[in-house]
Formats: sequence, structure tokens, C-alpha cells
Amino acid sequence: MDRHDSPAKPPNVSLVKLFRVFLYIGATSFGGGVIAYLREHLVNRQNWLDDDHFLAALEIGQTVPGLISTNVSVIVGNRLRGVAGSITAVAGMTLPGAIVVFILGLLYARFKNNPDVVAVLCGVGAAAVGLILAVTLQFGRREISKWQDWIILMPAFVLVGVFHISLVPVLVVLAPIAIELNRPNRKELAAYHAQQAAYHAQLAEHHEEVAARHSAADASARTPS
Amino acid sequence: MNKLVNLVNVFALLSLLAVGGGTAVLPQMKHDVVVTHQWLGADQFTDIYSLGQLSPGPNMNMVAVIGYHVSGIPGAILVLLAFYLPSCTLVFAVGKFWDHFEGSPWRDAVQRGMAPITIGLMASGVYAIGRTATINLDHSIRFNAITVAITLIVTAILLMRHINPALLILAGGAVGWFALRMA
Repeated sequence: MDRHDSPAKPPNVSLVKLFRVFLYIGATSFGGGVIAYLREHLVNRQNWLDDDHFLAALEIGQTVPGLISTNVSVIVGNRLRGVAGSITAVAGMTLPGAIVVFILGLLYARFKNNPDVVAVLCGVGAAAVGLILAVTLQFGRREISKWQDWIILMPAFVLVGVFHISLVPVLVVLAPIAIELNRPNRKELAAYHAQQAAYHAQLAEHHEEVAARHSAADASARTPS
Repeated sequence: MNKLVNLVNVFALLSLLAVGGGTAVLPQMKHDVVVTHQWLGADQFTDIYSLGQLSPGPNMNMVAVIGYHVSGIPGAILVLLAFYLPSCTLVFAVGKFWDHFEGSPWRDAVQRGMAPITIGLMASGVYAIGRTATINLDHSIRFNAITVAITLIVTAILLMRHINPALLILAGGAVGWFALRMA
């Protein structure tokens, strides 16, 4: 439960409808633009959640490991229908593509030595590199704001891309350094702790009030009228 | 049987390491599949990655094709489960307590700190695929000139215009076929 602003109650959506919508998104979103499709369908067309909730889901989806599209599906599915909703959403999202790529894989196994097929795939592969390069540059332009970011970015690239060091040690070493470089300053922390303390005080007051009301109600119930 | 266990181990770990999406784990996936386990050649890996770009939905569904090449249909199904289940479970759990840290400066610090790691890893993913798909020293200079041109033109168009990337991927295939086979 979000405690700073109570979120609008999620609408009633049947699992069948949930599956149908995610299946449609999974079948029609191409070439890495899945996030835009998700937003268009979930926020604009179905009105299942507002933009703030979508952006919150996206924020979690980007921070936690895993594909952003399936991560967002898990969170939105859970918000609408709990665990069953999450499973339904991810299944709908991934099944069409998995089936299509599987069929393409079977065709590939059969025709991989055909020079026409090889030529087409070489073109597709080169274009795909262009796509992920563009996505990386756009993301970088948005997120890289200070020179310290490069101290983290370059080793991540060189260790993993050039020297093929396993991601586990790279993340174990780089993540704490990166977070430390971005550690909140004392003022931010103090403000946050003050806010937390105020919130807890308010909560305690509220609990006392409720308790008082309950004991008053108990007392009046016990007195015979 | 042993192969299935290896497949599950490799892809379940990759699932949990995909910081900022699938591109980040491409170098390690390629290394595990091509060098460590030698399930596929580098060219095949890149071809299968290209197939993934031609299909809808998340662009890493192509892991199913890798699984199929190693162990048939059970391999395909197990690899899909291994690649999706761990990260989905993790994000489900994190989603539960994420709101709890609403407004915490530490949550922002984690997000700001992870961004450059994500970008560095994405760049290494571009490098891992680009080293076979865009610049490939096994091919002629003319071949390389064509693939480099396709990559750079697609990048430039995407940076300048809002256009469905699928169209550019298909156009890349058409140009590749024409330039490499006809001209």
C-alpha cells in the first residue's frame, strides 16, 4: 500500500481479458518498442492504470534485473489480479513471440546454408545492431549527467564486453561503488528521516485515537441501556 | 539430461543478471553459448539473435531457439522458463516492498548508480553482436562496408525520427539480400 497518496483502486479485470490484451501487445509490438505499446494499451486504451502508476511500474522494471517488458507485465498483472494476474500477463506477453521465433528457428535450421537466407539475416543482424546502438545512445543521453558516471560506465563496458569477465563479480564490485558515488547527501537524508519521524508520529497518534474510540465503544456496549 | 541441466543453469543465472534488460547479458550469453559450452558458432548465435528481432514481443524470446538447437523441444521450453521465471519472481517480490521506500534518497541513489552500469553493459551487448553482425573480419571488405552502412544508417534514422524499428529491421534484411546477393 502506497502511503503518500492512496492509489486509485485498480479496476475489475477478468483474467481472460487480461490475457487477451497482453497477448495482443505481445503479438503486435516489434523491434524493441514494447514499452511504448504497453503504455498505449494499458494506460490510454484500457484505462487500467494511470500514467503515474505506469511510470512507477517502469521504474521498478528498469531497476530490477530482467527484461523491462516482462518486468512491467509482472507488476501490472499483480496490481490488477495478484499472482495469477502476473503469470497471465507474462504468458500473454511472451507466448506469441516465442512461438514465432520458434518457427523461424525451425526454418533457420533447415535453410541456414541457403545463400539468400544468409544474406537476409546478415542485413537483419546489421540493422539490429543499429537498433540496440540507438537505444543505448538514447538511454545514455538521458541518464549520463556527470563525469563520475563514466568511471562506472567504462569499466562495465571494458570488463564485460572486451575481457569477457563474468557479470557476477563485475556487478558485485561496481554496483556498491556506483551507489556510493551517488549516495544521498546529509541534508537529503536528514530531511527524509524527519519526514519519516513525522509520519510515524502521525501514525501513532492515529492508532491511539482508534484505540480510544474502540474502548469507548466497548464501554457503551457493556452498559445496559 | 546433462545438457538440459547446463542450459537451465546458464539461462537462470543470465535472467538474474539482466540489469536494465536483455542487451546487458548478450556478451555473457554469447560467451557461455559459443565459447564455454560450444553449443553454437558465433555466426549462428548472431543469426539467431537476428531471428529474435524479426519476431514480436520481448526481443530475447530467441533464447528458445538456442535451447532447441541444444536439446530439442524440451530444451526450448526449459530455456524459456529458466530465462523468465527467476527475474519475474524477483521483480514480483521487489514490487511488494518498492512503495515502502517511496521518497527514500537511497532508492534514488540505487537508480542513479545503476544507470551507468546499465549503459556500459548495453554498450558491451552492442559490441558483442556488432563484432559478428556489423564488423566481421571473416568476410570481404565490401561485405563489411555494407553491414557497417546498414548499422550506421539505422542508428541515425532512429536517433532522428520516431519510426517503427521493425520497419528498419525488415528494410535491413531487404537491403542485405539485395546488396549481398544481387549487386
